[in-house]
Amino acid sequence: MPKIKLPRKSPRLDMTPMVDLAFLLVTFFMLTTKFKADEPVVVDTPPSISLTDAPDDSFIMVTVSPKGQVFLNTDNKKRRAELIDAIDEDRHLGLTDKEKNVFAIISTFGVPFAQLKGFLGMPPEQRDKWPQPGIPTDTTKDASNELSTWIRVGRQHFQKDYLVLKGDRESDYEAFHKVVKTFTNNNAHRFNLVTNMKRDDK
Amino acid sequence: MGEVSSDGGGGHKKGKGKPKGKKQSTHIDMTPMVDLAFLLLTFFMLATTMNKPKVMQIVMPKDDHDPTVKPPELDKDRAMTLLLGPNDKLFYYFGIPKHGEAPELLRTDYSPDGLRKVLKERREWLRNDTKLKVEDREMFCIIKPTAKSEYKNLVTMFDEMNIGHIKYYAVVDITPAEDDAVINFK
Repeated sequence: MPKIKLPRKSPRLDMTPMVDLAFLLVTFFMLTTKFKADEPVVVDTPPSISLTDAPDDSFIMVTVSPKGQVFLNTDNKKRRAELIDAIDEDRHLGLTDKEKNVFAIISTFGVPFAQLKGFLGMPPEQRDKWPQPGIPTDTTKDASNELSTWIRVGRQHFQKDYLVLKGDRESDYEAFHKVVKTFTNNNAHRFNLVTNMKRDDK
Repeated sequence: MGEVSSDGGGGHKKGKGKPKGKKQSTHIDMTPMVDLAFLLLTFFMLATTMNKPKVMQIVMPKDDHDPTVKPPELDKDRAMTLLLGPNDKLFYYFGIPKHGEAPELLRTDYSPDGLRKVLKERREWLRNDTKLKVEDREMFCIIKPTAKSEYKNLVTMFDEMNIGHIKYYAVVDITPAEDDAVINFK
């Protein structure tokens, strides 16, 4: 029996609408994605039912690592440049313009004042790998509480800021207490805790 | 990805008019472009985190008062003290213990059946407390975390205060007597 040969149909299909859609989505995701800056410490925030969005700009963020080390960050380059100028003046660190520029581009940091100049002078690869010890923090108003200096100077410069506290869920209350005490010593009684959204299982 | 031109070829053989130029197909092979588009799409989809971090606002009391001045008297029925222990342990007691005396602790946990139920029952009990003035029938929670309690427990505690609509609560330093009571709890 002779085989019936089916006429061969071209397998091509018009991909234009698919491409349109794909590129539309690509564009959307490209524009909405915000890449996370490299952080010296990974922090897992605790869950809560709070629905308020974290502020995008004009914030001073204090991060508490699982080990209780304290790190600091503020939002943009210009503000960071202003902050380091003010700190340099307050603490007489003698930073050069180059070092100040480096400070403006790094993100979260946790370095005592004594090591700040050295830290900012490091080559970038070395700086990324260097384990940052955290900002010395205690419950006093003295110079030993370096976080207090950062907060005091920061708040003088940026009046309307949000103070944001980002703690790891596993960190001890002790570390948290030190930071909160530093806030209240600097007349900052209202601040925000960063949390993860959780559904309330009532 | 071979492309076979479907027309052209023998098209201009008919007729004696001007020989038309070979009609080029306008189709371009879009497959590589689609591949790339989807690759990028997948990448950005996976790299995007849709849920933004949330914040919870808290207000700490001013602690500039004179320690010799006695704070206003709080009715003992309204006071509930919550002690946050290490390893997710949670203790509480009602009333105000005498100075330096260890309170009698009760134990609960952070689950909805634990803390939330305790708070709810106490609130309802207080609503029906005829000894108090109507406006005073609100609970006052004193949150005292021990040094080794975890931060997430404190956040859970604030959450429960919000869920239970408890208007008055404060985080206060733990006393040595209470600290001992937490450590020695059997």
